[in-house]
Amino acid sequence: MRSVALLQRLLHLVPVLFGVTVIVFLMMSLTPGDPAEIMLANQNATPEQVASLRHDMGLDRSLPTRFVTFVGHAVQGEFGLSLFHRRPVAAVIAERLPATIELSAAALLFALFMAIPLGVVAAVHRGGILDRLATVGSLFGVSLPGFWFGILLLLAFAVNLRLLPVSGAIDFAHQPPGLTGFLVIDSVLAGRMDSLGNALAHLLLPAITLGLPMAAILMRVTRASMLEVLRQDYITFAEAKGLGRTRILALHALKNALLPTVTVAAIETGSLLGGNMVVETVFGWPGLGRLVVESIFVRNYPLVQAAVLLYAVTYVLVNFVADMLYTVLNPRVRM
Amino acid sequence: MTEPLLSIADLRVAFATRQGLVRAVDGVSLDVREGECLGIVGESGSGKSVTFAGVMGLIRPPGRIEGGSIRFEGRELVGLDPQAYRRLRGRDIAMTLQDAQTSLNPALTVGTQILEVLLAHGDDLPSGRARLRAARQRAVDMMTLVGIPAAARRLGDYPHQFSGGMRQRMMIAIALSCRPKLLIADEPTTALDVTIQAQVLELIASIRATLGMSVVLITHDLGVVAEYCDRVAVLYAGQIVESGPTAQVISDPRHPYTAGLLRSVPVLSHLDRPIHPIEGQVPDLIDLPPGCRFLPRCPMARTACHNPVPFHAFAEGRAARCVLAEAPR
Ligand SMILES: Nc1ncnc2c1ncn2[C@@H]1O[C@H](COP(=O)(O)OP(=O)(O)O)[C@@H](O)[C@H]1O
Ligand code: SF4
Ligand SMILES: [Mg+2]
Repeated sequence: MRSVALLQRLLHLVPVLFGVTVIVFLMMSLTPGDPAEIMLANQNATPEQVASLRHDMGLDRSLPTRFVTFVGHAVQGEFGLSLFHRRPVAAVIAERLPATIELSAAALLFALFMAIPLGVVAAVHRGGILDRLATVGSLFGVSLPGFWFGILLLLAFAVNLRLLPVSGAIDFAHQPPGLTGFLVIDSVLAGRMDSLGNALAHLLLPAITLGLPMAAILMRVTRASMLEVLRQDYITFAEAKGLGRTRILALHALKNALLPTVTVAAIETGSLLGGNMVVETVFGWPGLGRLVVESIFVRNYPLVQAAVLLYAVTYVLVNFVADMLYTVLNPRVRM
Repeated sequence: MTEPLLSIADLRVAFATRQGLVRAVDGVSLDVREGECLGIVGESGSGKSVTFAGVMGLIRPPGRIEGGSIRFEGRELVGLDPQAYRRLRGRDIAMTLQDAQTSLNPALTVGTQILEVLLAHGDDLPSGRARLRAARQRAVDMMTLVGIPAAARRLGDYPHQFSGGMRQRMMIAIALSCRPKLLIADEPTTALDVTIQAQVLELIASIRATLGMSVVLITHDLGVVAEYCDRVAVLYAGQIVESGPTAQVISDPRHPYTAGLLRSVPVLSHLDRPIHPIEGQVPDLIDLPPGCRFLPRCPMARTACHNPVPFHAFAEGRAARCVLAEAPR
């Protein structure tokens, strides 16, 4: 029963993913500027050379044909050569992906660990000093541009106080042997505590910068849903049963209040991807976001196309996971 | 006479709202004796739930107990330390809330919700690994007692998997799981259809006999009171207007509001009476005049009624808040 419903939802993803692919393909094909000419710009190429490159890249074929080829290659993880690196796009992306995932995960953890306790405390002591501080703080968190906050953090903790590194993901001397590409995991696997400390020190500021807007949103969601839940009859009944305050808040209230928080967190995880480009650029983080920004500047079309598709697919999948989580947490919609 | 189990004296509860101070409970005094069933009747908004939220220590801001005393087994509950109150709730005094549909936590299994009371209060449960098993057994026994079929298999179910009547039973099972000395049942039948109403009331009556506890049955239905309660207290606009043994109050009401209530509902034992609703509306609890609160609706009103009217005993076991209480009608 459950697996049938799961399968149905998975099948629903197919048209969505197809649509996403069409849009990404059209976006890249219809943007002005001929990729072949751009590649050969400043190289005094003859029109024949341009035409021959266009042919090699398949640009002289009809749009539908090109689309079919694009999809056929895409499902095999084949996105052509990165014009700039002269290596397969997929390999270049795969190399940068772990750093981005690591940063996003750290930002997500930071956001959850900030937002949930703060939201709960703010709701329980509604109107109190902490509630007001958290509410004002979250307003800043939501409205401040991420890069600006990141630069402030950099100036304060890295440049002035010299407590934390300015840029990058790890110092060369502490580089752990690369097994997974995830620096934190590799450090632990290799038993290199120096690497772990160094990696975490590099991770701290960008993770806070990236996670802060999300923490602000999640704090508000948690606070609002907690306030709503605390008014419910089942909380009064739990009190009438003589249960302890901690149990009432942490189990009876939070289990219901977290439902919207988790859903929003999962959806916001998709938007971490967008934030990544800015934060990775500010902090010189060797991840996918910075790679995409650089590739846009040098008009490295195949790579940008693959990355945008990857973002879109991730976004769709993350939303699917959000859906699933909601189902797991809410017994009423359980299949 | 022995001391009553619960004794409320001159209880006052008010809510600070934007419009002003709502005096939801304004000088309520009543006793619940060992083993008896006391009915609390009154229209919606008369302060029935708030009075007993006060007894449970569950008045939350903007509400506040402004004065009075609540004594349970001789111990003062107003101002009792929160830890001591917590140990009392659910173990010595239990309450089922008005709406069973919203009073069970939708995110937790009913098993969790009944086991947690037993484990929170079960001083007499064995310790160690046997503890959970013993609590489980008691939970299943209590669920069986309230008439939930295949109780052991239903522990893992969520509230939404229960029907309305079964949810009400489940709430009663949870309330009774620690065998309290006093059960406060707040409108246990309001949301249920007629046949299930009768089943739930019969259930409470039979468990009262089995466990030998006292029951406060809150209802707006005098018919229910007539059938199940030894004594009754009638609430109007935050005050008790009449109290006494059920049979006497029903056959010989001394407050015009009680008389009006009796004329407005069919009572099984007095089906020959014609039915007339009470004219007018419940007063606003914010700016109350000093005189009788029923005055604007009272067919017998006179000049004396504009002065404060005391709640006073006029015969053995009977009291009313009316200038005409002494005169049988
Ligand atoms: N949280 C609250 N804030 C303001 N007023 C309240 C609150 N709870 C109850 N009241 C007021 O107290 C009065 C009595 O309510 P209640 O005891 O629930 O009536 P009932 O007799 O129907 O159980 C109502 O008029 C209601 O307006
Ligand atoms: S005191 Fe006067 S107004 Fe009030 S109920 Fe009695 S007769 Fe009516
Ligand atoms: Mg009520």
